[in-house]
Amino acid sequence: MAGAALDHKNRPIVAVTGMGVVSSLGAGRKDNFAALTSGQSGIRTISRFPVDGMRTTMAGTVDFLDFPEFSAPALTEKLAVTAGEEAIAQSGIGRIGDFPGPLFIGIPPVELEWQHRFDLYTKGTGGGGYGRLLDVARKGDYKNLHRLISFAGVEEAVSDHFGTIGAPISLTTACASGASAIQLGAEAIRRGETEAALCIAADGSVHAEAVIRFSLLSALSTRNDPPEKASKPFSKDRDGFVVAEGSGAFVLENLDSAKARGAEVLAIVAGCGEQADDFHRTRSKPDGSSIIGVFRDALADAGLEPGDIDHVNAHGTSTPENDKMEYMGLSTVFGDDLAGIPVSSNKSMVGHTISAAGAIEAVVSVMTMQNGRIPPTINHDVPDPDIQLDVVPNEARDADVSAVMSNSFGFGGQNVSLILRREPA
Amino acid sequence: MAARDPRDAVITGIGLVSALADGVGDHHRLLNGNERAKPLLDTESYAPYSFHPLVEIDLGTQIPRRGDQRQMENWQRYGTYGAGLALDDAGIKGDEEVLGRTNLIVAAGGGERDPEVDSTIADGIDAADNRGAFLNEHLMNDLRPTLFLAQLSNLLAGNISLVHHVIGSSRTFMGEELGGAMALDRAHRQIRANQGDIFLVGAANNAGRPDMLLYLALGDCLWSGADVPSVWQRGGQPGGVVSGSMAAFLVIESRAHAEARGARIYAQLDGVIADRGPRDDAQKREKRLNRQRAFLEAKTGTAPIGVISAASGARDAMELERAFLTQLSEERPMAIRGASTVLGHGIEAQMPSSVALAAAALEKGTFFPPFDDSGFEDPIPAPPDVIAVSMWGYWRGEALAIIRAER
Repeated sequence: MAGAALDHKNRPIVAVTGMGVVSSLGAGRKDNFAALTSGQSGIRTISRFPVDGMRTTMAGTVDFLDFPEFSAPALTEKLAVTAGEEAIAQSGIGRIGDFPGPLFIGIPPVELEWQHRFDLYTKGTGGGGYGRLLDVARKGDYKNLHRLISFAGVEEAVSDHFGTIGAPISLTTACASGASAIQLGAEAIRRGETEAALCIAADGSVHAEAVIRFSLLSALSTRNDPPEKASKPFSKDRDGFVVAEGSGAFVLENLDSAKARGAEVLAIVAGCGEQADDFHRTRSKPDGSSIIGVFRDALADAGLEPGDIDHVNAHGTSTPENDKMEYMGLSTVFGDDLAGIPVSSNKSMVGHTISAAGAIEAVVSVMTMQNGRIPPTINHDVPDPDIQLDVVPNEARDADVSAVMSNSFGFGGQNVSLILRREPA
Repeated sequence: MAARDPRDAVITGIGLVSALADGVGDHHRLLNGNERAKPLLDTESYAPYSFHPLVEIDLGTQIPRRGDQRQMENWQRYGTYGAGLALDDAGIKGDEEVLGRTNLIVAAGGGERDPEVDSTIADGIDAADNRGAFLNEHLMNDLRPTLFLAQLSNLLAGNISLVHHVIGSSRTFMGEELGGAMALDRAHRQIRANQGDIFLVGAANNAGRPDMLLYLALGDCLWSGADVPSVWQRGGQPGGVVSGSMAAFLVIESRAHAEARGARIYAQLDGVIADRGPRDDAQKREKRLNRQRAFLEAKTGTAPIGVISAASGARDAMELERAFLTQLSEERPMAIRGASTVLGHGIEAQMPSSVALAAAALEKGTFFPPFDDSGFEDPIPAPPDVIAVSMWGYWRGEALAIIRAER
C-alpha cells in the first residue's frame, strides 16, 4: 500500500481511537481522570456482603451500575459492556452490535458462587455435599445458571452485544490480563489481518471468598481504617494491595485506516514486552531478570531508548514484594535516567482491579499524555529509603508527556509492559 | 501439495495422556490395534454420571520435585506432565536457550475446588445463625492458602513455566472448547506472521471433579448411565458429554526453526478457522459453516481427507455437526472418527488432543480404523494427506483445523 504508515519494524502502526473506563471512582474516563488527578480514593469498607471475621474489610467495589443481581460474571459483563460502549462511542467506529473487528477480553475466572451453592442445596431433600448438589442439578432446569458461570459466558455475551467479528479470545494472565488483551489486539493489527480490534478487560469479582483467598495468601492490606489510606504503593509502611473492581477498554485501529476515516488518534500502542517468570508462583525472580527483560523487550519493540520514556504508570500494587521488584527492574533498565522519570501508581486510588488493571492503567496513561497531567501516588507519607523513585507523591503534576510505559505483573509469573506514545508528528 | 514455506507452522512435539494411554506412541498403537481400544471408565464415583479417569502415570518423571506436585491440583499435574511429554518429544526439554524463547498458550477452565470444604459449609449453612459469618469463618479456617493458586486458571501455565522453564511468553485462554481452538489458531497466526518461532500449546482436564461435573450437570450436558455408547450414538439424551481426564500439548514451530535444529516434523498445522454465534438461527449458522466449507475447499479441494471430530456428545451440537460433516463428505471422499469415543471429552483440551491424534496418524502415514459401529465412521481406502479436525463446543463455538502430512 503506497504511503502506508509502518513502524520501525515495518509493521502497521497501532492507533488508539477510543477509550472507556469504570472504576470505584465512577464510570467514564473524564470523571475517572478528574478524580485521579485530584487524588481521590475509591476504596471503601465493603458493604456488598458481611465481613464478620475477615482480616481485610475494604475494597474498591463498583456498586453504582444498574444490573439485576451480583455475581462475578454478571458484574464483569456489565463492566465490560459499559467501558466498551464508551470506547466505541469515542472512536466513532462501527456501532454497537456491528463492530468491524475481533474482541479480546481479559476477565477473571468464574465459577459457581456461594449464593448459588446455598440456593441449590436448600432445594435438595436428602444427603449432603456434592451428592446432594448433583442430585438437585439433575432434577431441575439450571441452564441459565450454567451459562452465567460458564468460562465462555462473558465472552459470548460481550461478543453478541458488540457484534464483533469471529471468535473472541477471553484470556487470563492474572493481574496482567488487561495488558495482555491490548497486546493481542495490537498483534492482530500488526499482522494486517484486521483494521480494528476491541480490547476490553473487566473484573467484578469482589465476593467474600475472593477476598478471603487473597487474604490467606497475605497479599492484602489489613489497614482497614481508614480504608482510603490503605493502598500506599512505594511507601515504607505498605502492607499489601486493596482488591478492587473496574474495567478499561481500547478501540485499536490501524493508523492508516483510522486516519482515512477521519478518526482522532488518541495515542499509539508503540511497544509490548512479555516474559514469563519461572521462579515462584507468587514472587518474581530475585534477580529481577524477567521484569528487566520485559522492560527491555517493550522498549525494543517500540524502538525507543529508556531516555525516551517520560512517565511510568507503575504496576505499583502496594505489596512489599512487588514494589521492591518493580523498582529494581526500573532502576536496572533506566539507570540514571530514572531520576528524571515520574513513576506513579493509580492503584493508590482505585486499588488493584486484578484482571482489569492493565487496561484501566493504559487508558489513564493515554489521558495523562492528552491532558499533560500526571496522576499522583497518594498516601505517600513515609517514603521507602530503598525505593528511590519520583512517585509524584500525593498531588498531581503538570508535565509534557509523550511516551508512557505501563507495567503489569501477575501471579503465575506473568509480566507485561506496554509503551504508549503520542502520535508521532 | 502446497509449496513448503519457511514460515509454515509445523508440529514437532506431542504430549498426550488420557484415559486410554500415556504418551502419543501408545495412543497410536492402541487405536490401530486388532482389538478396539477402550478408555478407562468410572461409572460409580458420581453415578449416574460416568467419567474417564486418567491412566496411571508417574508424575515424578515430568514433575521431579514433590514440592511442585503438592502445590498443584490434578488438572495442573496432568497438564504439567503432558507439557513435559511434548517438550521431551520435541527434543527441547532442558534446552534453556530454546525454552527461553518458547511461547506458551494454554487453554484453561476453572481451578479445582476443595470438595470437602464446600461440602462442610453447604451441610452446615442451614443451622447457622448468621450465614455470612459462618461462611467467612469456614473459608478463613478451612481453605488451604496454597491451593488458591491451584484455582487460578493461569496457574497451569504458571506451573509449566516453573517446572519446565518455558518463559518466552505465557497466555491463558478461556472460552472452553473454543479456547483450545483459539490457542492453536494464535500459534499458527503468530508463526506465519513472524511473531514467534516456537510455541507450546495445549490444555488439560481432570474429569473426576465434582465441582466440574456439577457445572456440566447444571447445563444438562452430561451423559447419564453406566452404559456409554460411542459419541455418535448418544442421541437418546440431551447431554451426551462424558468428561475425560487428559492433557494434550503440542510443540508448534516455524518450518525454518524446526529444520535448523533438525527436529522431527509430525505434520503441518495448515490453519484454523473458528467462530461462534447462535446455533438456533439457521441463517447465521449456515453463514459460519459456509466459511468453514470454503476454507476446507481452499486448502484441499476435493482430495480425500480424514476427519477427526472433537464432538463432545452433546446431542444438539452433535446432530448439527453430523449434518455438516455429511455435507462435506458429499463433496470429497471422507472418513470420520469421533475422538470422544476413545478419549472422552476434554473441554479445553478436546481440540488439542484431536490435533495430536491427527498429527500422529499423518506422521505414520496412517489413519485410524473406525472407533464405532454406527455406520457413520467408514473405513478409509488409503491414508489421507490431510486430516481436518472438526470442533463443535458442547454449547457454543465451532472450529476446523487442517493438519497436513509432510510426505
